[in-house]
Formats: sequence, C-alpha cells, structure tokens
Amino acid sequence: MDYVGPIASGIPMSLLLTVLGFAIGAVGGIPLALMRRSRLRSVRFISRSIIELLRGIPPIVWIFLVYFGIGNGLIKVEPVPAAIVAFGLISCAYLAEIYRGGLSAVHRGQWEAGVALGLSHGDQLARIIGPQVMRYSIPAAATYAIGLLKDTSIAFTIGAQEILFFADSQAKQSSDALTPYLVAAAAYIILTVPCAWFARSVDRRLRVRIAS
Amino acid sequence: MTVLQDWLGFLPQLASGLWVSVVVCLAAIVVGLPLGLALALGSSAGSRALRWPAIAVVEIGRGAPALVVLQVFYFGLPSAGLTLSSTMAACLALALTTAAYTSEIIRGGLQAVPRGELEATEALGMSRPDALRFVVIPQGIRVAIPPLMGFGVLIFQATSLAYTIALPELLGRAYSIGSSTFQYLSVLALAGLMYAAVTIPASLLTDRVERRMSRHLA
Repeated sequence: MDYVGPIASGIPMSLLLTVLGFAIGAVGGIPLALMRRSRLRSVRFISRSIIELLRGIPPIVWIFLVYFGIGNGLIKVEPVPAAIVAFGLISCAYLAEIYRGGLSAVHRGQWEAGVALGLSHGDQLARIIGPQVMRYSIPAAATYAIGLLKDTSIAFTIGAQEILFFADSQAKQSSDALTPYLVAAAAYIILTVPCAWFARSVDRRLRVRIAS
Repeated sequence: MTVLQDWLGFLPQLASGLWVSVVVCLAAIVVGLPLGLALALGSSAGSRALRWPAIAVVEIGRGAPALVVLQVFYFGLPSAGLTLSSTMAACLALALTTAAYTSEIIRGGLQAVPRGELEATEALGMSRPDALRFVVIPQGIRVAIPPLMGFGVLIFQATSLAYTIALPELLGRAYSIGSSTFQYLSVLALAGLMYAAVTIPASLLTDRVERRMSRHLA
C-alpha cells in the first residue's frame, strides 16, 4: 500500500500526455482526412502515405525519433514535449482514419441538401457535414483515446514522469519489484474504466443529433 | 549518399534484430491465439465459475498497457520467485496481451453466427461441443480473420516495447547503434522504415482480405 501514493502522483502526467496528444490529433486529423477524399490523386496519395507511415511505425520508435533523433543535434528537446509531439503525430493519423469513417457514414442527402440551399463547399463541410462527422466519430475516438492513455506509458522510456516512471523507480528502490508494477497496472485499468463509461454516455446524448 | 552508406552499414545488425522481433511476435501469436479462443468460449459460457475468471483475465489483459505487463513479467516476477529470460518474458507478456485482445475479437465473430444455426444443431441432435467445433467456430473465426490480422500488425509493433527488457530486437539494436555512433536520427529512421516495411504491406493485405470477406456477407 505504501506504493499507491507515489505511483498515483504520476497520474496527472499520464493524463496530460493523453489529452495534449489527442488534442493535436483531433485538429491535425481533419486536414489529413479531407486530403484523403481529395479529387487529386497526388493529394490522396500523399495523405495516405503520411497516415500509413505514422501508423505503421511503432509509437516507441516515434518517441525515440523525436527525443533522440531530432533532440540530439541542434535542438534540445525535453522528454515531455517530445512525448507530446510523438503522440500528437500518431494521433493525427488514427483520428484522420476515424474521421474518414465518419465522413462516409454521413448520408449523401446531407450534401445534396447543402447544395440545394446554395451553401459553398466549405460551408457545407463546416456547418452541416462536419458536426455530424464529429458525432459519428465519438465511439471510435473514445476507444482510441483509451488506447492512447495506455500508450503514454511508453513515455517512461525517455524519462517522462508518468505512472510507470514512478512504479519503476519504486520497484528499483525496494526489494519487492512486483507490487509497484501491479499497482501501475491497476492504475491504468482504473483510469480507463470511467473513460469508457463517459464516452458511452456522451455518445448516447449526441447520437440523437445525427440525421439518418 | 553518406546516409545510404551508413544505412548499408547498419543493415546487417538491424536485420538480425528484425528477425528477433518477428520470432517473438509469432511466438506470442502461437501461444496467445488458442488462449484467446479459450477465453472467448469461457467469457461467453453459461457457468458463472467459468465466465467470471475469463472476463477478469480479458479485462486485466486489455486494461493494462502491454509495456506494464512486460515489466511485470521481467522485473516483477523474480520477486515472486520466478525468473524469466528476456525472450521468455517478452513472449509470455505479449501472449497474454494477445490472448486478451483476440478473445474479444473471436467472441465478436462467434456472436455473428446466426442463432438459427445453433438451433439447427440442436434439431440435429448435435452435442454442444460438436456444435461449437463443426458449426459455430469455423464460421465465427472467418468473420474474425480481418480484425485478427489487424491485431497481428499491432502485436508486431508491440514487440518494440521489449527493448525495455533488454531483448535485442530491432529497436534495441537501433538504439545501441545510436548510442555508440551518435547517429540516432539516421539509425532510428532506418529502423522505423524497417518496421513500416512489414506493417504497411500487412495492413494493405488486411484491407484486401476484409473487402474480400465482406463480399459474402448480406
């Protein structure tokens, strides 16, 4: 039980990494998703390549690339910003794919209605299609956010002081190496349960506001 | 040019690291997948004594990050009197994660088999194990194949986490080259591309299989 307090002190950092990484992805995913539906083949190809590379390379490799790769030469990068940048980049790709799913789920009649009302293409996207895409995307985005929270444990490898970082230092200080890691595992499980519950209730409320 | 020359120099070491990654990934799948099927059957079993432990294993295996599970197996278990080599710890930890995730995928597949088929097996007087073995599992697994392939790609990526327990896989090799040559960016970029060279074709194949399978669904 002595381990719980120190390990819990890593929770804010884990949440910070998750929220900021997700926020970067939520914004950065929009242009990637739109490029994926571009009329120009080359634009589609570029966004597809970016998405596949971001998703195809393991998160820990991205973190190392940002922290050791870029941070080693001219610029000095601290662990926390490096982790946020890496998780943000990866989130862009995953959320772009989630938005793409949402975009194709919005009924075609919604676009046609926009045309009939004389809205510009940009206005159709921003006022009619976009809000519905966001609502469609909630369940998948929530699942992704929960996965991201667990992935933030990787930031411990570059020394960001999150849950696993404290568990690791507790394990190395005491003779009992097992309990601290089990406490860390429990902390992640306890954190993800309310997240899943919250996402389901938000989804239920917003689902009402989608035209079918 | 110099980058390419560097890369040629790094390649032999990284390639042997990639081999370790592939082997650990395959071992995790070979051990984890049957366990996942067992957990899928267990967590949808009628008996509570069977269902609750299976659900607990699944929820813990999916709720705890793979990295934490790895630390538990490699650094934690010796405190409980069980010392594992880094290869063994990596295989077992990733197998547990595989079992937990694939059990949910397989369960979804099994549930997709229409109820009428089960009723038909009853009408034919088949025993419950026979119904599972000949009717439900063959069809359910087919539905589960594309998501299982997708998960395979993820678990291959997750082998990179075993770098933290001193397993000489691809990332571990890249990092040690980086720390001796200080060419982190170059060697990590090459390692990243090598991961992508496996995962991107695998994802494309998964997409294709998924489209192919959905052709036969109503």
